[in-house]
Amino acid sequence: MSTRNALLAACSVLLVGYGAALAESPNLGKPASPEVIASWDISIGPDGAGLPSGSGTPQQGQQVYLAKCVACHGEKGSGKPNDQLVGGQGSLGPGRTPIKTVGSFWPYATTLFDYVRRAMPLNEPKSLRDEDVYAVVAYILLLNGVIGENDTIDAQTLPAVQMPNRDGFVRFSRGK
Amino acid sequence: MRKNLSEPAAGNGLLDRRLFLSGTAAAIGSAAMADHASAAEALPVEPWMKTPGSPFVPYGQPSKYTSKVARVFASAPGTTGTGASRTPHHLLDGTITPNGLHFERHHNGIPDIDPEAHRLLIHGLVKRALVYTPDALMRYPMESRTAFIECAGNSGLMYQKEPAQLGVQPIHGLLSCAEWTGVRLATLLEDAGVDPRAQWILAEGADASGMSRSVPLEKAMGDALVAIYQNGEPVRPSNGYPMRLLLPGYEGNMNVKWLRRIKLTEGPTMTKDETSKYTMLQKDGKSLQFCFTQEAKSVITRPSPGLTMGAPGLYEITGLAWSGYGRIAKVEVSTDGGASWAPAALQEPVLPMAVTRFRSPWRWDGGPATLQSRATDDSGYVQPTRSKLIADRGARANYHFNGIASWAVAPGGEVSHVYA
Repeated sequence: MSTRNALLAACSVLLVGYGAALAESPNLGKPASPEVIASWDISIGPDGAGLPSGSGTPQQGQQVYLAKCVACHGEKGSGKPNDQLVGGQGSLGPGRTPIKTVGSFWPYATTLFDYVRRAMPLNEPKSLRDEDVYAVVAYILLLNGVIGENDTIDAQTLPAVQMPNRDGFVRFSRGK
Repeated sequence: MRKNLSEPAAGNGLLDRRLFLSGTAAAIGSAAMADHASAAEALPVEPWMKTPGSPFVPYGQPSKYTSKVARVFASAPGTTGTGASRTPHHLLDGTITPNGLHFERHHNGIPDIDPEAHRLLIHGLVKRALVYTPDALMRYPMESRTAFIECAGNSGLMYQKEPAQLGVQPIHGLLSCAEWTGVRLATLLEDAGVDPRAQWILAEGADASGMSRSVPLEKAMGDALVAIYQNGEPVRPSNGYPMRLLLPGYEGNMNVKWLRRIKLTEGPTMTKDETSKYTMLQKDGKSLQFCFTQEAKSVITRPSPGLTMGAPGLYEITGLAWSGYGRIAKVEVSTDGGASWAPAALQEPVLPMAVTRFRSPWRWDGGPATLQSRATDDSGYVQPTRSKLIADRGARANYHFNGIASWAVAPGGEVSHVYA
């Protein structure tokens, strides 16, 4: 084997090995403190990890909904022109036409806080204060009959909310 | 003795896949074209042969005569950038989708990101949280992967009871394939130091919707790429400029565009797009969740609806096949609605998690025909018929439809979508 071929062979061994053991990195990431990260760390886990302080009631949420949501989601979450948020419970059963709403389909109430805060309203996302998000989440949960009208939603109560379709999901595996 | 390639390989005029390679196609073709009249007019010397052409431009554009080679799109009510655009595969060939024609799915428009201000944050269950600038990532060793991206909702119209009277683009156009180049995500995760408790990552975009999906750490440490280039040029804004996540084989929306944040977590975050969307409602009322990989699938792109056939004679049937689980091993074509099949030629290179171009010669006798293709990948999985897929899964799943599609050719040459 010539020197050149030996070098090439050595290189290809290195390349093959790259996937398993990573090559050295230039290490150009800058360390970031929790304070630096805070404004971006907006995702909420299903256990409520990441929920901010503050709280809201369905009554407060109705005001937020009428100001910010009703134009797209209809009166009391009835839908049109965009997604229906309320109703459809019991529509997932065999042979039925499914109506997927927060109340009939969403497995975790924490997702509602996460999504409303990051993405809604569509024309001005990330504009709602945390209190407004808690409140409008409470309103939508009340409309779906998931909480009562005297309930308050906050970092403790939201992850404890039992969504009707909580057990409606199965982990996919190929061939199933 | 060598087989006569002009003999049918399957019913209704399907010929041997080696025909076009054998040099006998021209002879067979002209024999079939009985009305091959000679050209009557003298060839003109056109104006563009006699005047200087147009000057240079900084960035080239397609010919004005190809303006129909374009995406079609629809947006949600009251919005202009929330929806999807679809690739015109019936007007393209080869395997690489041009950047301006790559399909798009945006959840709140295309952000106008200044790369000087963009950051990629890696944090959560890591030894040290890190922030990268796009410039910093440019210093990293890069790799290229030719990979398809397919929306989980692609071909979802085929769950409908009746066949939508549409063609390849509106039904199957949420699929594209490009060469993506960038930095292995694993390299950046190693920079940060993965905490052994971490089993998942959350990937999040910098767009107005903050698109976010949970991805198993195993995939993130495997072939995942932070893609910076698309077909050799910076990733287009519509596909994630200045950087996107590439998860070869996984459903489209997980390949998070405008990637701004990776958070390592113990469990999945249960985002809106992995609970209320992109889950498959089964017959029993339960929904399958975390259906990441796009199954083996194929579709004939030509002939297809909108491309009316000409005179009877020799045609090439061509299309695309792909599998999120690996390489395409075989594509079979039928022109008699699945009664008989012949293997198609697979154009090299046949790459894992990339589209493969297949071709089959067909002598159309002018009569009715039903064209189908059936892909098999290198795991041995065979693309199912539509009726088998629906019998197994039901018709309420919305996503991951990969059943066999059928195009009917009428005696006049018109092509339409049918269930067969």
